[in-house]
Amino acid sequence: MGQPVEARAMIPQRTPAWARGASLLQRQGALIALVGVALFGVLRYGETFYSSYNFWETLRNNSYFALIALGMAFVIMTGGIDLSVGSVVALSAVVAARLSPEGIYLATGAAMAAGLAVGVTNGLVIARFSVQPFIVTLASLLGARGMALLVAGNATVPVDFEHGFIDIGQREIGPVPLPVVLVVIAYALGSLLLNFTRFGRHVLALGGNEEAARLAGLPIGRILISVYAMSGMLAGLAGAILAGLAFSGPPTAALGWELSAIAAVVVGGTLLTGGMGSVGATLAGVLLIGLIFNVLNFERGRGVFNLTVYWENVIRGVFLLLVVLFQHRLTRALRLRS
Amino acid sequence: MARTKPTGQAPRLAPLSFPAVRGTARQHGALAALLLLVLFNALFTARFLTVTSMRVNLTQVATITIVAVGMTFVIATGGIDLSVGSLMAISGAIAPKIFLSDRFPFDAPVLGVALAIVVPVLAAGLGGSFNGVMVAWFRIQPIIATLVLFLAGRGIAQVITGGALVSFREPSFQYLGMGRPLGIPFQVILMVVIVAIAAWVLRSTIFGRYVLATGDNEPAAWLAGVPVRRVKLVVYTVSGLLAGLAGLISIAINSSSDANQDGQLMELDAIAAVAVGGTPLTGGQASIVGTLIGALIIQLLRYTLLSHGVSDAAARVVTAVAIVLAVLLQRRER
Repeated sequence: MGQPVEARAMIPQRTPAWARGASLLQRQGALIALVGVALFGVLRYGETFYSSYNFWETLRNNSYFALIALGMAFVIMTGGIDLSVGSVVALSAVVAARLSPEGIYLATGAAMAAGLAVGVTNGLVIARFSVQPFIVTLASLLGARGMALLVAGNATVPVDFEHGFIDIGQREIGPVPLPVVLVVIAYALGSLLLNFTRFGRHVLALGGNEEAARLAGLPIGRILISVYAMSGMLAGLAGAILAGLAFSGPPTAALGWELSAIAAVVVGGTLLTGGMGSVGATLAGVLLIGLIFNVLNFERGRGVFNLTVYWENVIRGVFLLLVVLFQHRLTRALRLRS
Repeated sequence: MARTKPTGQAPRLAPLSFPAVRGTARQHGALAALLLLVLFNALFTARFLTVTSMRVNLTQVATITIVAVGMTFVIATGGIDLSVGSLMAISGAIAPKIFLSDRFPFDAPVLGVALAIVVPVLAAGLGGSFNGVMVAWFRIQPIIATLVLFLAGRGIAQVITGGALVSFREPSFQYLGMGRPLGIPFQVILMVVIVAIAAWVLRSTIFGRYVLATGDNEPAAWLAGVPVRRVKLVVYTVSGLLAGLAGLISIAINSSSDANQDGQLMELDAIAAVAVGGTPLTGGQASIVGTLIGALIIQLLRYTLLSHGVSDAAARVVTAVAIVLAVLLQRRER
């Protein structure tokens, strides 16, 4: 889904084959690993693994991670971070559940609007007062969670089944679940935005060197507000889908999802220093983590090992560690060359 | 923010930061806010000026402050430590395994309790050292490096306890959270001692200067002979050790250890306390007393709102706005 873009890589130059290989591995490693794990699954478990049920359910259950990771990727490309997305998912799930009797469009729209409002607030404070993104979004992590509890009245809000809201999580178009369709649309738009628009270039330029971007006259404030708004809106959509899948709006849901999303973005090969990144690789990162847990479930089903669900966190952490160390090696090898 | 080895340019020597001097204006702002909060409560909150309410507030603030002191050191070097909550859960999960087990062949309850304090704290310190190695030697960004243990650490704690809540009654161990020598909660005494030592270390020792120099301009500090890597290793280790201690205090208060909940969101509370206390997240400047004030402000603000009938949910929103305002105002003062 589009080549990874890097501000520096615009100048054509000759590179040795191994360096190109290392660079490819660093950017597309997640995709390569994804194909590897999928092949392993197909060969080992056969039809139960590539059955359309397992395929679409795995995608459906990773759809909200995919959405928040997309927004996070854009924020990280500008050199920022958005810690508020987990709370925003909870807030918008509650909003969607509250408005579910009004139907799918209004409830989903309101959920996205709630996310957008938090995102724009983040962006405004970061851009106008140049407070660090970490602190601002940390505060809105607390604030949005509080709002979620306020709107929900401290209890899980049930979803109305009568007026079609649950379609947002449950509906299928052909064999494809609606959340998966939404993810595909979001990533297609994201990829277009990053690769083929001026805005995409600006995002990378800003993350690559803020001072240079400022001197070049880029509208720094508008770019920042836009990426945080986007991140908030996507988290809002994720919240609506969560409500549709869980049949409720739990104000305490999605705790710590912001960090899982950051992990997925990093696994996808986007560096936290900003200035580079790829929309497609981010999706590969999300799917890779999702697929690894899918495979582990199959192994557990076969009785190969008897690990409790608590090992999931350990595995997630160790996996992130391996990826980070691997990337460290690759980037250093590449840097030594230049 | 990971600065790599200094390149060809001439070394630029960083001016030494004197936290005592530079910090005053910012600290005074935070102190004024704290005094205002105390004054407001003294006037308008019933039963605020009682021993019980003081004790409640100080007990609540002790664990956050202890963790936030370690966080202040880490942030002073330009880093961040997201793993503290998970390290609290690990130490909280290990301790009951030790004092509840009957595997000690000799009849020595004192030794059992001593081990139940030392081993978990060391385990958490080991986690901190891991963070330090990742940041200093592998040059991985602190957010990512500590994110590893944030994820894996809670999992390890859950695996240790099997995810179950462990309840216990062990008065000698629980002295950590329940003891009241001279009527003062024991953890408050611990907190004061830790704050005092940390403030002294940061202000008056060579190590303190190294910490600030590292955070202010790492290449310059490195060229000036500061053992940058070892400094980072030490601050992350200290942060881990203090998180381990805080984890023990928190299970001692609760009389139970719950790996799913212990230390949850502690990293954020601690970072907020540091930021409100006037330590910039960019590193190079820090104030331990400021962090204590920051933690007290957040706790008292919450207490004030809750005791005036504001709901918990609304109190969170107000706290969020207050954190941003605090950081914003401190920027203006510079």
